[in-house]
Amino acid sequence: MLPFAALASLRGIAARGGLRAASAASALGAPAASAWAAPRRAVGTSAPAAAAASAPEHQQSAEEPRLPQRGEARKLNLCSAVNEALHVALEADDSACVFGEDVAFGGVFRATVGLQERFGAERVFNTPLSEQGIVGFGIGLAAAGGTAIAEIQFADYIFPAFDQLVNEAAKMRYRSGGLFSCSGLTVRAPCGAVGHGGHYHSQSPESYFAAVPGLKVVMPSSPAEAKGLLLACIREPDPCVFFEPKMLYRTAVEDVPAGDYTIPLGVARTLSEGSDVTLVGWGAQVLVLAQAAKAAAALPRPISCEVIDLRTLMPWDAKAVAASVSKTGRLIVSHEAPLTGHFGAEITARIAERCFARLEAPPLRICGADTPFPLVYEPLYLPGVERVLEAIKASAEY
Amino acid sequence: MSLLLGSRFSLAAAGALRAAGSSAAAALTQLHCPSGAGVAGGGTAPSAARSKSSSSGAGEFGCEDAAETMEIPGGRIPVTRALRFAGGPSEPDSPKMPCYRVLDPAGRLLPGAEQPHPPSGPELVALYEAMARLQVMDTIFYEAQRQGRFSFYMTCAGEEAAIVGSAAGLDPQDQVFSQYREHGVLLWRGFSFDDFANQCYGNELEPGKGRQMPIHYGSTRLAYHTVSSPLATQLPHAVGTAYALKLRRSPNVGVAYFGEGASSEGDCHAALNFAAVLGAPCLFICRNNGYAISTPSYEQYRGDGVASRGPPLGVPSIRVDGGDAVAVVNATRAARALAVREGCPVLIEAMCYRSGHHSTSDDSSRYRTREEMAEFRARDPAVRLRQHLDAAGLWDAARDAELRRAARVQAVAALDAAARVPKAPLSSAFEDVYKEAPWHIREQRDAALAFARAHPHVVPQGVPLR
Repeated sequence: MLPFAALASLRGIAARGGLRAASAASALGAPAASAWAAPRRAVGTSAPAAAAASAPEHQQSAEEPRLPQRGEARKLNLCSAVNEALHVALEADDSACVFGEDVAFGGVFRATVGLQERFGAERVFNTPLSEQGIVGFGIGLAAAGGTAIAEIQFADYIFPAFDQLVNEAAKMRYRSGGLFSCSGLTVRAPCGAVGHGGHYHSQSPESYFAAVPGLKVVMPSSPAEAKGLLLACIREPDPCVFFEPKMLYRTAVEDVPAGDYTIPLGVARTLSEGSDVTLVGWGAQVLVLAQAAKAAAALPRPISCEVIDLRTLMPWDAKAVAASVSKTGRLIVSHEAPLTGHFGAEITARIAERCFARLEAPPLRICGADTPFPLVYEPLYLPGVERVLEAIKASAEY
Repeated sequence: MSLLLGSRFSLAAAGALRAAGSSAAAALTQLHCPSGAGVAGGGTAPSAARSKSSSSGAGEFGCEDAAETMEIPGGRIPVTRALRFAGGPSEPDSPKMPCYRVLDPAGRLLPGAEQPHPPSGPELVALYEAMARLQVMDTIFYEAQRQGRFSFYMTCAGEEAAIVGSAAGLDPQDQVFSQYREHGVLLWRGFSFDDFANQCYGNELEPGKGRQMPIHYGSTRLAYHTVSSPLATQLPHAVGTAYALKLRRSPNVGVAYFGEGASSEGDCHAALNFAAVLGAPCLFICRNNGYAISTPSYEQYRGDGVASRGPPLGVPSIRVDGGDAVAVVNATRAARALAVREGCPVLIEAMCYRSGHHSTSDDSSRYRTREEMAEFRARDPAVRLRQHLDAAGLWDAARDAELRRAARVQAVAALDAAARVPKAPLSSAFEDVYKEAPWHIREQRDAALAFARAHPHVVPQGVPLR
């Protein structure tokens, strides 16, 4: 159970950091050693082996991404992978701008380090402290044909921009019959628990946005995924909200292909195949599911789990999940956000409809509690490996 | 960074700094050593209108010894030994920002009125014709709504000069983000009565395909971004677009229209502040028409209107008589020139009166007196301009009658024609959510079509079932 222990210790490292801003950044400044064996192997299965040596493409129709060859990759954590994606995006597109609170000096998480020096203060700049202003400004920049890459410093603070995202970004194409759109808008927001964030530095608000027709919502689960998915969001002809699990900024390290590549939105990836239970998650929770699957396989009566990383919440890959559940007959969806009314509910409801005759057990949701995020109770609030393992056993024994 | 992009530094200068290979260091140096006017490093224009004594900020706030200063990040501020609060109820007599005016209420030129960009005779005639046609269209469309021909309408009576006058002061390709009462900008730019009528009927000729309520117009050709109902959300959009235009060295500006009610929204403050800090060439044109539905402006804010908020944010600002088309044209042209020259936003507050109801869903006699309405309605901005034209020999009663008669015929014909155009097909309701419809929307479209075919009575009249 090395990965599980390693995760716990990494959470301990994170917990010693400051709450916000520069202190958090410096505390987490040094990349942690890779403790992420399982997902790293899984990433390998999802692409580079099949990598074509062809030039990178902005839009790929293939189910699997074609990444550059392994030889070109280098080990990066998720934060650096995001940084590399931003470099690629700004290099490739003169109209691209990166902006938000504190991005000029590199951002409180250091995701925008080096961008202003490289691309200038016209294209990489601080904004005043106003989330509705940041997103509204980005919508206007995108409506003029520009590429707007906006950073919201913490996903917990995205709500002042909710109106701009829900009523403006999401509806611009529809309400104008396609005359106008803000397709060039991507909003990045670090999200999720890190061990010490409490109410306002821990939330996973992705389902609010996944419920808005017109927005695309993405959350990566590893560095290579983050780079390819972020570049896909930036080039996607629809406004995207890209949630970055900040727990993984330093703790997830893997080979990240160099250069320009995208991973298509709306296509899930299967980390590991299994025959008994389908586990579905996204973001940092994918690591927990992978570990729980390993633990289930090591039980005295082994349970074989199929782990699916959804990657994109809207539009989500129901086809892949339904195919898996049709095979296993059992479904567990797990996320950090509260249980009630969040995206696990959508997935279980849809799969219950599609796979009703194939189900061997009720679809389960293993999620955060329906409480605000509680600081000192975080280890119990979060759907950790042991809770997921209990659910796997319950589902298998139903 | 902000100073590199700010009004006092040209983009070329920023480029030169970067070329020197020390952009970050240079920016930092500039940030801490501001030159020129702003005492706190932020102001682009001294607030002369609010200054009680001199142009120095120190005198305004009661600092006797201006040499005594305190360093803050970004500059120096004067020190005072007096404990005094600025503004508020204890200063009821603080000066009001004056209202720029060229024509008196009877349409006569005010002696000495500055006209840096005077409209020519033909321009004045075109301005009047657009205002008159706007009035005719509003009257006919309003009546059509009352007859139940479509669900909603909004007129702009009392604000014609502020709307059409400002449109005439813009370049036709300046990107306009309107609130909802600025259809006069579209009319000025060439939107036809047919275009308006198609949108109000929500038929298939309307770009929005009947998805939005009436009066939510938009046109890429006329650089008029499609209206959305939420208030003030369009203001930061105009700033972002203005910034993009500046980045690509476009000669055009962003333009945000809004009312004094919308000025209370957070988006308004964010937009003004972003535009000032980021150096976005954006015009903020506020129609202060006295009412937000029923709420009078004196219950909307306690300060001196909207324009007075600009200077403290670093936004050059002017208040203009919104009933005086000639003043509005001059102010808009001057504001536009300033925005382009300095790379900065400019705020215009046009003082108007909403002579009509808020919308067809409103009866304003329930919250304001008929006397008040009659008095203000008598100050018709079109009549004021027409008196000016009449006196100059540029217009006469016969031409006026003919213009309005022809406009009435055209408006009625446009409504009749729009009524006969079918609606967009049912399947179009599932388009344009995304560039390409994802699986779940395609599924729902197919289900809706199947259901509609089985239950045709639920399909709205005129909507083709395909």
